Amino acid sequence: MQIDVREPSKLGRFGDYGGRFVPESLVPACEEVEAAFRAAWQDPVFHSELDRVLKVYAGRPTALTPAWRLSEELGITLLLKREDLTHTGSHKINNVLGQALLAKRMGKTRLIAETGAGQHGVATATAAALLGLETTVFMGEKDMERQQLNVFRMRMLGAEVVPVTAGSRTLKDACSEALRHWVTCTEDSYYCLGSVMGPHPYPWMVREFQRVIGDEARTQCAAELRAATPDYVVACVGGGSNAAGTFAGFVDTPARLIGVEAEGGAAMTFGQPGVLHGFRSMVLQDEHGQVTEAHSISAGLDYPGIGPEHAHLADLGRARYVTANDKEVLAAVRKLAASEGILCALESAHAVAWVLRAAASGEIEPGSTVLLTLSGRGDKDMATLMELT
Amino acid sequence: MSLLAPYVTGGITPNWTDYLLAARDAGADMIEIGLPFSDPTLDGPTIQEASDRALARGATVDSILADIPDLGVPLYAMTYANLALRKGFCASLRDAGITGLIVPDVPLEELAAFDGYDIDVVLLASPSTRRDKRREIAKRSSGFVYAVSLMGTTGEQEALADAQELVADLKEATDLPVMLGFGISGPEQAAAACRYADGVVVGSAIMRRILDGATPKEVGAYLTTLRTALN
Repeated sequence: MQIDVREPSKLGRFGDYGGRFVPESLVPACEEVEAAFRAAWQDPVFHSELDRVLKVYAGRPTALTPAWRLSEELGITLLLKREDLTHTGSHKINNVLGQALLAKRMGKTRLIAETGAGQHGVATATAAALLGLETTVFMGEKDMERQQLNVFRMRMLGAEVVPVTAGSRTLKDACSEALRHWVTCTEDSYYCLGSVMGPHPYPWMVREFQRVIGDEARTQCAAELRAATPDYVVACVGGGSNAAGTFAGFVDTPARLIGVEAEGGAAMTFGQPGVLHGFRSMVLQDEHGQVTEAHSISAGLDYPGIGPEHAHLADLGRARYVTANDKEVLAAVRKLAASEGILCALESAHAVAWVLRAAASGEIEPGSTVLLTLSGRGDKDMATLMELT
Repeated sequence: MSLLAPYVTGGITPNWTDYLLAARDAGADMIEIGLPFSDPTLDGPTIQEASDRALARGATVDSILADIPDLGVPLYAMTYANLALRKGFCASLRDAGITGLIVPDVPLEELAAFDGYDIDVVLLASPSTRRDKRREIAKRSSGFVYAVSLMGTTGEQEALADAQELVADLKEATDLPVMLGFGISGPEQAAAACRYADGVVVGSAIMRRILDGATPKEVGAYLTTLRTALN
């Protein structure tokens, strides 16, 4: 099956999903971002600028590390794409550097961002400091309590962190508030969205900025696997940006693509088609169409929707979406730490948990090769782990 | 005489339909009924709070539509795409006697979803809308055209934004009434708006009063001051 992952339709659709469901006040701003991104993405100068900051600032390319001991134990070849080794400690920096450079190119002086666990907020504050832009980060009041360290990090980096007290006081409300705020300041401010979600062109643009993960991994896997591609490509999915970036590098290979959602935030597994934050996709909602809250141990996956391209890949049967629960995830963090000396983020541990389960059950056949994107490092989760251990 | 369109969040109190009756008796030309959504991205704090309160009371689209009495004035439902694009939504509005629909986050390109239901689809234009698109919005709107006065969310404002140019562009392209909304808080602002617009939509100023415990009679008295200012 040939699947075109280059671009969504003119209306920003991936199959039945995506689009630009925003108030008229925001349509011109979205069109402006789209036009600027199209131009930048065709401009070799933009690419060389971005490649340079990714290399000398963010630390790319990131390593592909064979999980030696775990591979032996599971009877598979497990390769880890180490996004945890980037500056700021997660894949979020790839997208943010791209968007911040774009904002600068557009003449904007200020970035707006939403954040859940704080990783995207920290990455945005970092890129803004690097490029001399102001930043305002919207964060649910509840998440601010859970992730005090990241709130402090953002403020150290010069960002203004605005507590969101509406609704469930978590990521979905932070996202709504960022959209509300953007309406008031589209002239000078750029909305730096953190995942493959939101109105067109964001799901497409963010995937393009994240595909560096998949493109690098493709080359690195070929070197490790004697020119072959892996049998499985696995990544965790909240909004789904690290997975989208990883999958983009392998969608045209025979690799089985697996996205692992948090059981308590599994929009693909338990959601219905709906429209949230500017795009149509699978959304967790009640029988009356009210969006429900996601709950898991990892704040970064606590989002009731999922990027539209993932819903499309699932419809096509090209990717499969599974879940991992909190208990498995905690066990996976410990297992990876003990056998490989890598303390990964709770988000990334969802992907690890699925591999452990599927290898044990034989769903991943012995001898298989598996690429797993380790989207971030676990430092931010130490307080959570201390409470639960 | 200018048009007055009060907005009431459906299901906000057990007796919420009494606010509709009070609005009609105060001389409303049409009434907007908000169908509350969990994530109202175009609404400011007042309507957010009203929506949360209605949802916490267990209000649903079905329960709100079932409550609506025969009022003798046109009713417009205002809500968000996630509710409006559900199967059977437009048919249930029509069955409940609703004249039209206002869904700010369904853009021009996606309007086909509302075709064929014999229901007005009111479109919004904003100060950031390009002039050629203002014309298209005016031409494709039905019932009336909703001019958004400012770049922002719903909510009371101390001063009325100047939307003369936007309203003039819209009026040039259509014979439908052009109603100005967002931030209209009192009789003086309403009267000022109607020097160039055909009428006003007033939402947050009403809902703040209801959230603060105003009775239907008190809300009616407030609306009478607006009505008088517009006559």
